[in-house]
Amino acid sequence: MSDVVITAENLSKRYLIGHQSDRRERYTALRDVLAREARNFARKGLDFVRGRQIVQGDEVEELWALRDVSFEVRRGEVLGIIGRNGAGKSTLLKILSRITEPDRGRAILRGRVASLLEVGTGFHPELTGRENIYLNGAILGMTRAEITRKFDEIVAFAEVERFLDTPVKRYSSGMYVRLAFSVAAHLEPEILIVDEVLAVGDAEFQKKCLGKMRDVSSKEGRTVLFVSHNLAAVKGLAKTGIVLEGGCLALSGAVGRAIEGYTKLTSRCMSDAKHEEWGRGTHTRIHNARLLTNDGKSTTQYVPGEPIRLEIVVETDGTRGLSLELFLTDATKTRIGLASTYQFHGQTLPEKKGTYMVRIALEALWLATGSYGFNIATSVVNHEWDHSVESALEFDVQYSNALGYSWDFKQSYGYGALSLLLQSSAEFQPYDEKEIAWDHL
Amino acid sequence: MEPSASTYELVIEPGRAERHYWRDLWRYRELFQVLAWRDISVRYKQTVIGAAWALIRPFLTMVVFTVVFGQLAKLPSDGTAPYALMVFAGLLPWSFFATALGDASNSLVGNANLISKVYFPRLIVPIAAVMVAFVDFLIGFAILVGLMLWYQFLPGWQILLLPAFAAIAFAVSLGVGLWITALNVNYRDFRYVIPFIVQLGLYVSPVGFSSAIVPDQWRLLYSLNPMVGVIDGFRWSLLGGESRLYWPGFYLSLAVAGFFLWLGIRQFRKMEKGFADLI
Repeated sequence: MSDVVITAENLSKRYLIGHQSDRRERYTALRDVLAREARNFARKGLDFVRGRQIVQGDEVEELWALRDVSFEVRRGEVLGIIGRNGAGKSTLLKILSRITEPDRGRAILRGRVASLLEVGTGFHPELTGRENIYLNGAILGMTRAEITRKFDEIVAFAEVERFLDTPVKRYSSGMYVRLAFSVAAHLEPEILIVDEVLAVGDAEFQKKCLGKMRDVSSKEGRTVLFVSHNLAAVKGLAKTGIVLEGGCLALSGAVGRAIEGYTKLTSRCMSDAKHEEWGRGTHTRIHNARLLTNDGKSTTQYVPGEPIRLEIVVETDGTRGLSLELFLTDATKTRIGLASTYQFHGQTLPEKKGTYMVRIALEALWLATGSYGFNIATSVVNHEWDHSVESALEFDVQYSNALGYSWDFKQSYGYGALSLLLQSSAEFQPYDEKEIAWDHL
Repeated sequence: MEPSASTYELVIEPGRAERHYWRDLWRYRELFQVLAWRDISVRYKQTVIGAAWALIRPFLTMVVFTVVFGQLAKLPSDGTAPYALMVFAGLLPWSFFATALGDASNSLVGNANLISKVYFPRLIVPIAAVMVAFVDFLIGFAILVGLMLWYQFLPGWQILLLPAFAAIAFAVSLGVGLWITALNVNYRDFRYVIPFIVQLGLYVSPVGFSSAIVPDQWRLLYSLNPMVGVIDGFRWSLLGGESRLYWPGFYLSLAVAGFFLWLGIRQFRKMEKGFADLI
């Protein structure tokens, strides 16, 4: 039972992306615009004649979404694939599930592959639940006979018996997801590829899904590739893990080690140089700012529930009554919180001219998954702003559920950016109007 | 090693020609059925008169053409065949071609979420779209039968060859459809080209009139339009001896149809692997 089912050798994938060039003419004359449009048109025409891809914009850049990734997976093994957004996880899965072709390298798959890239792909809203089971099953590669054989099992697992003949556009989103997962979970390929499907549905159903996935690998001996930001789920399910970073394979090994390595990954993009483009204020100048992990390394990841540790380099001319302000912003750059050394803590910047490293730890926040930033500013207390830097630093939260349940609370859901936790479990008492009377004002 | 695993080994490499492409296509035939069935069953949902739309549109077009070309312009029909019948014998394959072309070319872009999430031979999607148009085409025969009863027109032995002409119509629609479908994924210009082709083609092809009115020295050139051969074939087989088939032109149309089928499949397979990235 230890034969290799998937071999990937130097898999690489390149994308072409176009930009508008930065050096935009200051005074845009009609002649310049015409010349640029003519150039663009000529290039697109040439691409068309040669049968190449058309790229918008006038500068074309190559982007390697995946670069020389090699690994092996054995039969019955569950491989967890972790990495932050844009690290190449989805590209890797797309190559392995034959949706897209690699530009270099090769992969050998021994067995039928089915992928579960997104729940509900191919559901048609006008069709009934029953019809959609057949439609979705066929899309995922099941034969009609296979679906008919498993039909009752699928329906029972999804708990939608009563609504089988209702068009799925009338389903609640929970029912929709349950049905979709259920169809996919009853596939019987030798290799199953699963991407981020467990981020939906209620906690109860998620537990059921995880259990089902475990059965698929251990009892039925299938190989599973599992991608998720939910590290707890990866740890519970996978035996081995690989970590992708910027399209490259950063780490591979036992899942525990991979997860540990991943959380310690620090951003290589962070430079310690001064930010010249940040400019300066009258009395102060903010040079640089960074987010730190608990053990003091520079990072762009924040794990909810830990103190937010920051280092900010500030230069001051020694004027009295200067305060440092931090605005926490969400993904839309909306300010959602304020930290102020003076207004909240009565602290001002030192009254001696010089450049200081300011270390700040903010109290733990239960931030939702998504991206955040800090606008950093200095001010003459109660008077005026001095130097302010928009988006002085940016960071991401990869997964958010304070008590470790598998539902990932994402900022993008529009429910806000903070988890509001119950101080203790909710109490449920029988309610009797006569006994418990509320005083109405 | 288990037999199931050793028999199915798949190598993914850039530019690798799929050895099992046609076998794969056959293996996915159920998906093809399901997609066609989905499109058919969804087509007339939430409409009041449902599938009657498949009858009303060609019928009204026929009435208008008969009045404009037959009554007002006084163009001659084929032999003694009623003008309406002649128009409809041409309109049937033409509307099949037009619907197939329109639906097929949008099919990949319309199923973008499938294409970018799941693997299957992409050829299935446009073929299913052409199949759906074919169902409308078959429904249209009901009108033809009605017209023949109305005019008390009895077709000759030539009608036995009708399935062959239907097959040619299918080949032309599929060939041109595949070619434009593939190009439409990468170059969305074709989205604007197709309605234009369909609109213009209606007048360029002998739908409202008989191709017999085209001067003899131009007939061969005219037959470069593959639909000319198809429509003439339909008229010949449906109207019996009343419509004469211009054989050199018919063979030329057939050759052009074959060329488009070859071109369509070739273009489609060449671009197929990039669809998920471009769509």
